[in-house]
Amino acid sequence: MTTAPDLTKDEQGEPSSTGGGEVSGAEIVLRDVVKQYPGQKTPAVQSLSLTIPAGEIVMFVGPSGCGKTTSLKMINRLIEPTSGTILIDGQDVKQQSQTELRRRVGYVIQGGSLFPHMTVTKNIAIVPKLLGWDADRISTRVDELLDLVGLDPERYRDRYPRELSGGQQQRVGVARGLAADPPVILMDEPFGAVDPITRQRLQDELLSIQRELRKTIVCVTHDIDEAIKLGDRILILQEGAQVAQYDTPEVVLSAPANDFVADFVGAGSSLKALSLARVNEVELRQEVTATIGESTAEVRKRVEDAGSRSVVVLDGRGRPRGWPWLRQLKGETIVEPTEDLVNLDQRATLNDALDTMLSSSHGGAVVTGDRDQYLGVVDFDAVTAYIRNLEAEHE
Amino acid sequence: MWDFIDERKSQIAFNTYQHASLVIQSVLVATVIAVGIAVLLVRAPRLQGVANIVSAIGLTLPSFALIGILLPLTSIGPTTAFIAVTFYAVLPILRNAVVGLRGVDATLLESARGMGMSELTSLWRVRLPLAWPVIFAGVRVSTQMAMGIAAIAAYVKGPGLGEYIFTGLTQIGGANAINYAVVGTVGIILVALVADALLLLLGRFTISKGIRA
Repeated sequence: MTTAPDLTKDEQGEPSSTGGGEVSGAEIVLRDVVKQYPGQKTPAVQSLSLTIPAGEIVMFVGPSGCGKTTSLKMINRLIEPTSGTILIDGQDVKQQSQTELRRRVGYVIQGGSLFPHMTVTKNIAIVPKLLGWDADRISTRVDELLDLVGLDPERYRDRYPRELSGGQQQRVGVARGLAADPPVILMDEPFGAVDPITRQRLQDELLSIQRELRKTIVCVTHDIDEAIKLGDRILILQEGAQVAQYDTPEVVLSAPANDFVADFVGAGSSLKALSLARVNEVELRQEVTATIGESTAEVRKRVEDAGSRSVVVLDGRGRPRGWPWLRQLKGETIVEPTEDLVNLDQRATLNDALDTMLSSSHGGAVVTGDRDQYLGVVDFDAVTAYIRNLEAEHE
Repeated sequence: MWDFIDERKSQIAFNTYQHASLVIQSVLVATVIAVGIAVLLVRAPRLQGVANIVSAIGLTLPSFALIGILLPLTSIGPTTAFIAVTFYAVLPILRNAVVGLRGVDATLLESARGMGMSELTSLWRVRLPLAWPVIFAGVRVSTQMAMGIAAIAAYVKGPGLGEYIFTGLTQIGGANAINYAVVGTVGIILVALVADALLLLLGRFTISKGIRA
C-alpha cells in the first residue's frame, strides 16, 4: 500500500512509546532499494521504499522468504544492496566504511548470539572497545546496561554465556546491542529462541527500555502477535519484499489493505484486539505491599486491616519479588520469596495479562513500570470491566 | 645400568634437554605455519582438497624417506632434523585447525561483523579463540609424534636422545647396547610425558573458561 509514513498515531498523541525520555533515535530512509542475487531470476528485494521515523519501533513481518531479513541486513550493509539508497539520519550508509557504520548501529540476533568464550562484561564491551573507550567508562557502562536489562551486575558481570538461561542470554544480547548508545538498533527475530513466558517478559522489558531510550528499532519477526505488541508501526511484506501494508497495528488489524494482509493477520483478529489494549489502560488495584526486611507481625496487621489475604513483597529498590499469601509468611522478618514471580510491564497487552493471570493462584498479575518499579495489580474483574467499556463505546 | 647412567649423567641430561628443545621449537613453528595455512584454506575452500591430499601423503611418507630427500638440500645436522620434525608436526595441527576454524558457528561470525569488527579483528578475537581447543588438541598430538620423529632425526646427527638408540642398534651384542637403547627410549618417553603435562597446564591458561569441556 502506501510507503509514506502514516502519522495519524502521533497526531492522536498516543504512540506507544510516549511518556518516556527524549527521542534518541535517528530516522531511516530506504529509497528504491533493490537486492538481486546473481543467478536468480527475480530479485530478493524489488524496489523497497520506506521511511522509518526516529524513535519508533518498526516491525518487519511476512512469510519466510519474503525478504524481510535481507531488507534488515541491508541497513547495516551485512548485505550490500544492488541499487538504491539507504539514509540514516540523512547520511548515506554507503558513504561510511562498513565497520564505522556497524559500530553506530546496534545489532541483536536470535538467542543473543553471545560469544561463548567471553564473559558477560566482555560481550557487552565489544563495540565500546572497538570505539576506543577507556576502561573506566566501559565498566560503568556495562553495569548501567546490566541494570537496565534487569540483571544484577554484581552477580552476572563475570559469568560466561553458558552459565546463563536462554532469557538471560537474550537480555545480555540486548544490552550488547545498546552498548555504545547507537541511535538505531536492528533486531533479527530477537525472541525466537525462548519459551513463551520468557518471550513475553523479554518483550515487556524491551517496551520498558524503549520507553526510556526511544531509539529507532527495526525488528524482524514472523510472529504477527509479536509485531502487533511491539510495533509502533508494522511493515507487512510479500514475496520480493513488496510492501503489502505499512501502518500502525490498529489500522492493520481494523483495515487490512488487501487479502494477503487479512490472511496473514489471520482469523480471530477481534480477539487480537486484546493485543492492542495495554495493561496501563486498565484500572490497577493497589495491593498491600511489604519490603524485604520488614517485621512480619507489622505486615500481617497491615494486610488484615486492609481486608486482604496476600501481600506483594518488594525489594529495596521497589521491584516486586513475590506475592505470597499471609499464611505463607514465616519468620520474624519478611525474607526474599523463593517463588518465580511473573510480572507484567505496563505496556504488556491484555492478551499477555490474561495469560499470566490464568497461571497465577491469585487470579491476577503484578504490573511494573520503568526499571521494574511496582505499579499495582491487574485482575480478571478489571479486564472484563475494560472490555465491557469498549463494547459500550462501540454501540 | 645405574653405573652406565651415572657415568654419563651430564651427557644424558644435555641430550634430554636438546631433544625437548628440538621438539618444542619445531612444534612452535609448526603451530604458526599450520594455523596460518588453515586460515587461508578456510577462506578459500577450493584449496581444501589439495591440502587434504598433501597432508594425507605427508603422513604416509616415512620419516626416514623424508630425511633422505632433505639430505642433499640441507646436509647433515640439526637443520635437517628441525625441518623434518616441523614438517610432520604441521600435519595434525593443520587438520585440527581447519576443522576447528570451520566449526565456528556462522551466526557468531556474522554477529561479529554486524558489530563492526574487521575481518582481522573477528579472526583474532572470535574465530581463533573459539577454534583454539580443537587446534590445541592437534598441538598435543603433534608434540607426541614429534618426540618420535626427533629420535629418528638423530640419524642425520640431529640433536637429542635418538643418538643413544642408534648407538645401541649399531653395537648389538656389545656390552652397553641394551643400556644405550633403554636410556634413549625411556628418556624420550619421560620427556614426552612431562611435555604433555605441561601442555595440559598451558591449555588451562589459554582456553577460555567459557568453552572448556
